[in-house]
Amino acid sequence: MIQADLNILLPEIVLAVYAMLGLLGAVYTGKDRMAGMLVWLTAGLFVALAFYIASATGTRTAFGGMFIDDGFARFAKVTILLSAAAVLVMSQDYMARRNLLKFEYPMLVTLAAVGMMVMVSAGDLMALYMGLELQSLALYVIAALRRDSVKSTEAGLKYFVLGALSSGLLLYGASLVYGFAGTTSFAGIITAAEGHAPLGLLLGLVFVISGMAFKISAVPFHMWTPDVYEGAPTPVTAFFATAPKMAAMGLFARVVYDAFGGIMSDWQQIVALLSVLSMFLGAVAAIGQRDIKRLMAYSSIAHMGYALMGLAAGTELGVQSMLIYMAIYVTMNVGTFAFILSMSRDGQPVTDIQGLNMYARANPVRALSMLVLLFSLAGVPPFLGFFGKFYVLRAAYEGGLAWLAIAGVVASVIGAYYYLRIVFFMYFGEEREPLDRPQSPVLWGFLVASAGVMTVGIVFLFGIENVAQAAALSLIK
Amino acid sequence: MIGLEHYLTVAAALFVIGIFGLFLNRKNVIILLMSIELMLLSVNINLVAFSSYLGDLVGQIFTLFVLTVAAAEAAIGLAILVCFFRNRGTIAVEDVNVMKG
Repeated sequence: MIQADLNILLPEIVLAVYAMLGLLGAVYTGKDRMAGMLVWLTAGLFVALAFYIASATGTRTAFGGMFIDDGFARFAKVTILLSAAAVLVMSQDYMARRNLLKFEYPMLVTLAAVGMMVMVSAGDLMALYMGLELQSLALYVIAALRRDSVKSTEAGLKYFVLGALSSGLLLYGASLVYGFAGTTSFAGIITAAEGHAPLGLLLGLVFVISGMAFKISAVPFHMWTPDVYEGAPTPVTAFFATAPKMAAMGLFARVVYDAFGGIMSDWQQIVALLSVLSMFLGAVAAIGQRDIKRLMAYSSIAHMGYALMGLAAGTELGVQSMLIYMAIYVTMNVGTFAFILSMSRDGQPVTDIQGLNMYARANPVRALSMLVLLFSLAGVPPFLGFFGKFYVLRAAYEGGLAWLAIAGVVASVIGAYYYLRIVFFMYFGEEREPLDRPQSPVLWGFLVASAGVMTVGIVFLFGIENVAQAAALSLIK
Repeated sequence: MIGLEHYLTVAAALFVIGIFGLFLNRKNVIILLMSIELMLLSVNINLVAFSSYLGDLVGQIFTLFVLTVAAAEAAIGLAILVCFFRNRGTIAVEDVNVMKG
């Protein structure tokens, strides 16, 4: 019995034990000299576990329904692990050159990944909370990784205070849900909230949704995002923009469908409102930004709005489109951050987009790859980003939210402006002091591979459609 | 007779005080940490009250988890605050403003 339960949790247990052994081992051996090796080891372990998780089938639950392993959880976990591995490999060179490569970094990323995997598999409010906190506590620390920088520690402090506030809101909601449903398990909550729910349960639902909206940085809970993205070291920002977003989105879908699937009309309007606000604020507020990391922060806010649109549709197609959108979003962001990580002048990182003036002349391949990625982020056909948007818009339209789909199209047109402005600087800007010639072949590889996926993927989407559909089916019973 | 409502009212009041402490306080980051603690502890009152009302132990187990996490959270918050103080030389809330816009 317990053996079978532990077997289901095997990937999480392996990662947690690995993180603790890695911390101990590094302290007793080489400390930061071990960091480079640990980064590669961790990335390798992530990829191996992603394949192990992807090979499983069916739906299994462990510990009395507290932990669910189904197609939906596996889709999210594979995305989380692969993107975390990619970000780790990309950060190695950048951090080593700036004397930032501490052995705690890969270990904290591992612990955050364990938290994210528990989040997307949660079948109980307690598992949800523990997973969320394991992730958040690790992320607060890596935001302040550069201990001697005012910006980085300020980012950590801001993230910590607002993150703790959101955990508090979510927890207060969880306590209300427990009180009015009489149980913390999602299976119990969904029977208590069938058809119409008592007022206390609705209040709890609203609190829980606002707590989760903080984690995916949906408007009006987005205030922390630009500051944390700007202040944190760039590889950490790359991590924030990928895996945790997928995890929080997975958790969002898990809670609204598994626990509150019976009162869909009640949460649907909240999610639709979050979605439309995020899309517009993300599109409009980024226009004045000159710092590319802040710009990516607003871009991620807008993208979360589109992913929420799929969720708001409340259909199987909606969840499928959300998963496809998140997978495409994560791939695009890995490529974009590979580009941002390679921006430097005299060895110092540059984040001002004016620094990209005439970038295309010296680095035609990189500029072209970045152009593809930016077009894809903006949702210009024929790149993959367009198909992600097309899917969620279709889901919203077929789910009876035509107004939301129209708002999405308008917001994406506004948002295209700031992506295209970067392209303009790269190809037509005035001549200025150029950036250093990027040297890392790893970053080049990720940038070109990501751009390649955005162009080649339109033919067959890498079979992700069917996997996402199976995942959506396993979530919506 | 003190019933469930009384406990819920106290918890809600403490929770709101915590949120207001977070937003209205302009002086000291330590007060932010105290406000966060207040919020989490008000949730604990809620959970224990519900647990006793429902005759169900799960709420009290949840409380133990929350207590543990709150302790870890306070430790990490203070650690980040110490780093921030070393760089900036102040812990006034209005000085947490290098980045804005």
